[in-house]
Amino acid sequence: MKYLTEFRDGEIAQRMAREIASVTTRSWKIMEVCGGQTHSIIKNGIDQMLPAGPVASVEMIHGPGCPVCVTPLELIDKALAIAAQPGVIFCSFGDMLRVPGTDADLFQIKGRGGDVRVVYSPLDAVELAQKNPDKQVVFFGVGFETTAPANAMSVHLAKRRGIKNFSLLVSHVLVPPAISAILSSPGNQIDGFLAAGHVCSVMGYWEYPPLAEKFKKPIVVTGFEPLDLLDGIRRTVLQLEQGRHEVENAYERMVTFDGNRPAQKLLSDVFEVCDRAWRGIGVIPMSGWRLNAEYRDFDAEHRFQITGIHTEESPLCQAGDVLRGVLKPAQCPAFGKECTPRHPLGATMVSSEGACAAYYNYGRFISAEELSQAGRS
Amino acid sequence: MCLAIPGRVEEILIENDLRIGRVNFGGVLKRVCLDFVPEIKVGEYAVVHVGFALSVIDAESAEKTLEIFRQMGALDEELATEEEAFVRAADAPQSLCPDGGCSTEHNPASSATPQAPEK
Repeated sequence: MKYLTEFRDGEIAQRMAREIASVTTRSWKIMEVCGGQTHSIIKNGIDQMLPAGPVASVEMIHGPGCPVCVTPLELIDKALAIAAQPGVIFCSFGDMLRVPGTDADLFQIKGRGGDVRVVYSPLDAVELAQKNPDKQVVFFGVGFETTAPANAMSVHLAKRRGIKNFSLLVSHVLVPPAISAILSSPGNQIDGFLAAGHVCSVMGYWEYPPLAEKFKKPIVVTGFEPLDLLDGIRRTVLQLEQGRHEVENAYERMVTFDGNRPAQKLLSDVFEVCDRAWRGIGVIPMSGWRLNAEYRDFDAEHRFQITGIHTEESPLCQAGDVLRGVLKPAQCPAFGKECTPRHPLGATMVSSEGACAAYYNYGRFISAEELSQAGRS
Repeated sequence: MCLAIPGRVEEILIENDLRIGRVNFGGVLKRVCLDFVPEIKVGEYAVVHVGFALSVIDAESAEKTLEIFRQMGALDEELATEEEAFVRAADAPQSLCPDGGCSTEHNPASSATPQAPEK
């Protein structure tokens, strides 16, 4: 495990951190939306390079951007129910294997005889369907806009190739409605946002100027590497200090304003916007994609009528507040006690990109600085 | 799950109805669909997420990003084979950090300082 100072870019990073400190005159809270960015910030100790004075400080608030975290328990249980059926080949990315449903996880379903496969790409699942015409092949498609083009292409190909035994269990969530919901929620304290670079490589950032204008908050498209994150934070702080609220692109080598238009075209051909339940947050209107009427036959929820699923979250878990950025992981009474990665009470501890897991894994849970900050806010 | 990783397009093939590239991620070769980046050529670098190229990136940025992602342990999860994924899951408790880049084994009481323990 390496901290940023050990990277060869450590010196540049220190310089950027000094610049951030020198321009900061007030206390700012900046949310990184993406779980991959949360992971990188904590792992590289970037939040600890930021000013933390009583008057001038920059605090990173971790957003709801981990697709595993926000996938409702009910959908995990549906996945497990489908994967356990005979005659089904259930395909997933590796990081879903150990995500617990109410009674089990996908890895345990495999141990009980379920045919669970890990694929690198949804295309692999389509090919499995072609090779196994006597089986029902289901791909578990969760994710943000980054993953959506791949999933859209899988059903598009299945339809084009006339593959009847392929379906998608889909729960796509969208970043802009989540930002809007967070900024509209009572008690919101977020001053600015880092927009997720890889989401924007697909979607561009044409959706953000209306949000920045409506809520008067700067939004800076930011990458995942330590210097990218520091640059995104630096630009956000500069805007805040100058009273600006613009959309900036700090990830130009990867992201254009338009994004990937061929991918967006396919997305609009295959998906339609829907209300979506976010685990720990609740339903956010128009915040997800589902297969549209033309592709409904490929919807696994439609094909396998799974009923009778009742789920219950732990009453101790405050993942919802963590996902909204109201609570830091270390401020949750169950954190590191009843709730650990081995015995997670909620999704933010389950996924490696979840804020609670990131804090736990990098030993942040009783940082004195954090506790004093918790006392202040 | 959300990381997109740059890789060099070594070869471009037409497989059935798809344009497929053999893409080299620092020594690991994967089949990647190139339909979303019709402009890409052999020798260029694609930014790839779950088997789909999403954008084209210059070689220098690509190599630098690859190196940083490797240092961060981000490549293992994204590029794992099915066998590797199951081996990892078998060794893992429910919900263990799946990218292998961090330790969930350490005793919470021993790492109370902000500096994470060396692995």
